[in-house]
Amino acid sequence: MVEPQPHRVTLPNGLRVVLAPDAEPGSTEPGGPPVVGVSVHYDVGFRSEPEGRTGFAHLFEHLMFQGSESLEKLAHFRHVQGSGGIFNGSTHQDYTDYFQVLPSNALERALFLEADRMRAPRLTEENLRNQVDVVKEEIRLNVLNRPYGGFPWILLPPVLYSTFANAHNGYGDFTDLERATVDDCAAFFDTFYAPGNAVLTITGDIDVDQATDLVHKHFGDVPARSVPPRPSFAEPAPSGELRDRHRDPHAPLPAVALGYRLPDPVGELDEYLANVVLAAVLSDGDASRLQQRLVYRDSLVVDVHAGAGLMGAPLDARDPDTFTITAIHSPEVTTDRVIDAVDSELERLATEGPSAEELSRVTARWAAGLHRDHDRLVSRTLDLGSTELLHGRAELVGELPGRVAAVTAEEVASAAKALRPEARAVLEIEPTSESDGGAA
Amino acid sequence: MTSATHRSAERIGSTELGPRPLPPLAEPRAGRQPETVDTVLDNGLRVIAARHGAVPMVELRLRIPFAGEDPGHPARAEVLAETLLTGTRRRDRVRMDTDLAAVGGTLQATVDPERLSITGDALADGMETLLDVLTDALTEASYPEHEVSGERDRLVERITVARSQPRTIAREELQHHRYGDHPFAREVPQATDVAEVTAEQVRQLHREAVLPRGSTLVLVGDIDPEQTVRTVRRMTSEWHSAEAARELPALPEVKGGDVRLVHREGAVQSQLRFSAQAVPRTDERYPALQIANLVFGGYFSSRLVENIREDKGYTYGAHSNFEFTPGNGTVLVDADTASEVTAAALLEIRYELGRFALVPPSVAEVESARQYAIGGLLTSTSSQSGLASTLMNVAALGLGQDWLSEHPERLRAVTREQVVEAARWYVPTAFTGVVVGDAEQLGEQLRGLGGVRLP
Repeated sequence: MVEPQPHRVTLPNGLRVVLAPDAEPGSTEPGGPPVVGVSVHYDVGFRSEPEGRTGFAHLFEHLMFQGSESLEKLAHFRHVQGSGGIFNGSTHQDYTDYFQVLPSNALERALFLEADRMRAPRLTEENLRNQVDVVKEEIRLNVLNRPYGGFPWILLPPVLYSTFANAHNGYGDFTDLERATVDDCAAFFDTFYAPGNAVLTITGDIDVDQATDLVHKHFGDVPARSVPPRPSFAEPAPSGELRDRHRDPHAPLPAVALGYRLPDPVGELDEYLANVVLAAVLSDGDASRLQQRLVYRDSLVVDVHAGAGLMGAPLDARDPDTFTITAIHSPEVTTDRVIDAVDSELERLATEGPSAEELSRVTARWAAGLHRDHDRLVSRTLDLGSTELLHGRAELVGELPGRVAAVTAEEVASAAKALRPEARAVLEIEPTSESDGGAA
Repeated sequence: MTSATHRSAERIGSTELGPRPLPPLAEPRAGRQPETVDTVLDNGLRVIAARHGAVPMVELRLRIPFAGEDPGHPARAEVLAETLLTGTRRRDRVRMDTDLAAVGGTLQATVDPERLSITGDALADGMETLLDVLTDALTEASYPEHEVSGERDRLVERITVARSQPRTIAREELQHHRYGDHPFAREVPQATDVAEVTAEQVRQLHREAVLPRGSTLVLVGDIDPEQTVRTVRRMTSEWHSAEAARELPALPEVKGGDVRLVHREGAVQSQLRFSAQAVPRTDERYPALQIANLVFGGYFSSRLVENIREDKGYTYGAHSNFEFTPGNGTVLVDADTASEVTAAALLEIRYELGRFALVPPSVAEVESARQYAIGGLLTSTSSQSGLASTLMNVAALGLGQDWLSEHPERLRAVTREQVVEAARWYVPTAFTGVVVGDAEQLGEQLRGLGGVRLP
């Protein structure tokens, strides 16, 4: 299947709009399911939050659901769900997204809800304090009370990176979260939530002309504001192996994460994609290199995973981005034995390259995975939006299977060669629990 | 903090025009029902094939009822699931993965006290390969000694990791609390039992229990349903059984009672898990109960979430869900809260249960939940993977695509009185459950609240 070309509109206030209907206009094909996806991506993530305010971008994401000029607290949820829809938002390194998937008769309502909070969110002390508490519970749930919480996305960056932007905890420290003020929220909104700093994406059961009219109607009078120049987060790659250790009171087994710097995902896309293929050759499926060697042959680890992208998915951030290899292993196996085995598999790939069969396996699985993802409207909407934001071209989504298929064995070998011990971070998780972690 | 000259929060929150009216909903557009074939083959396998979705993929779900009374069953079943796809006469583990990869495919097996589940997907034109690898494993899985011993050792460690997860501990404690020694409570096998499983035991279990009769295969995607059923019939002809796969024995009724506090060393957050008896999905009262459950705690705009998250900030998420097994249905209510506010959260949950049973849902609450239930069915079944999973869930209860397509009408027909009636299932005394957390921090607060058995 060829992905349809997305339509694109830019409003006078700078809002970029991507429209991707199920069927092209004039098509006699019956439409797909009567469902639409709407997302807004703002060009600000946790790398942009100021020092002393760790976790602020994510906290602010919560506040965008707490009411706006036309909507009381709780109204956003009720209107989306009471129209039969679902919603959520998430904060990443370089962007924050908000989305809704609803029956297509609720499209105008969804656009109204997004426009109202882009124009005039209600930022109050009461809501801020409430959401600080909620976010702290989210962090307890996902990090503090959980074995391997924040592994590796919170724990690895401070080992690999040295600048505040790249190294700090994007979920935030409790003391920083508690210090946040309503005025901080106002400043953050005025700086980063201008329409010219956002991409609106509409997909599914839509008519492009009608949807475009509705976009003008609801977003047209969101006032234009200046958009801040996007800072560079570049920093030099490490010049030696960086090591650190984290004590985890809940983890029953030791674990290790290796972090390497990736080529620039935007400026060196094909080199980046070679790393995406490399990651799949290393750990995707029972026949992959690291599964075969570390799990089945040498029985060193319980689980191993390699991937491009800190948050678990490739092409989710601008430069600098991270290639990670993580493994949970038996206490009897030393970290260095695990690392040596990884290094020897990387060395073999760097010298011999992957086989033709390995490459075709990755290509087929990648194309299938993309189809499968994009059959879910929420994934398709978010992928088009983030790709438009980070790369300026939502079309890239449809081109990726071809570009992944074009990656050669030599390019994968080069990518493997670049993952050098003297330019990486090693994070060890050391279990410190007294008991077996089980219930008494 | 970032922009040197920014507006105040008050200024940001209002415009000259002022608040605007919410746009009305447009006329809903009816979706098309997927073209579906639902039939039982001569070997007793029920096959549901549906043409659906816009991408050239096929989704596969296989459910084999896989209950066992023997205390050693969970460990043997777990090893079987881990090694089912590691070797046959024709293929070793790498060959299986390689053949699947060639058609963009994946297959994985998991097991629980109710069933052995195999899920997979592939490019639609690779469906025959996907089915070939699957039926190869179903009819000729060989459970090589080295694969069984390797997986057995890894499983022992994976079980340790699983049992360190608060949600796994809480689920296991809840299951034992409400079902005692019933096989349904044995979700995670004991590591010591796993360590003793032999390849021959696994082969024997496969012969006795991996059976087509009573099992269901669902295929959804860019496929011709009639043609697909013919293909399945041909490819599964070597898989046969006189006996039917083993369904779970009937579950005892969940009875209300004290909550049990379970100690977890060093916990900074507690898992609250409660359950009450409900009705099977096939029950005529179910649609009203479904709406009632949403109003109580089944979606974000519910009484429970609005209270303990959006008003009090005690939790990141609170939920009320159903758990259906053939012939049975229960309600599960859960929330995770900081240790300091655990007793306060328990008090609020009990308060909302009591209020729900006594202060009937409003018309607005019922209508919002009704639209969400109808819309949710539409959005969750709009993808191939979503439809495949939904079809399998209802097939396990003896229902099919027709039940799904008629369900929105059933939801529209529910009256407010029926919802009010259904809300009575939520009386606090109907519930029992567990709280998992640091007993040293929780003991005092919970003792004061009452209705909690301390360790």
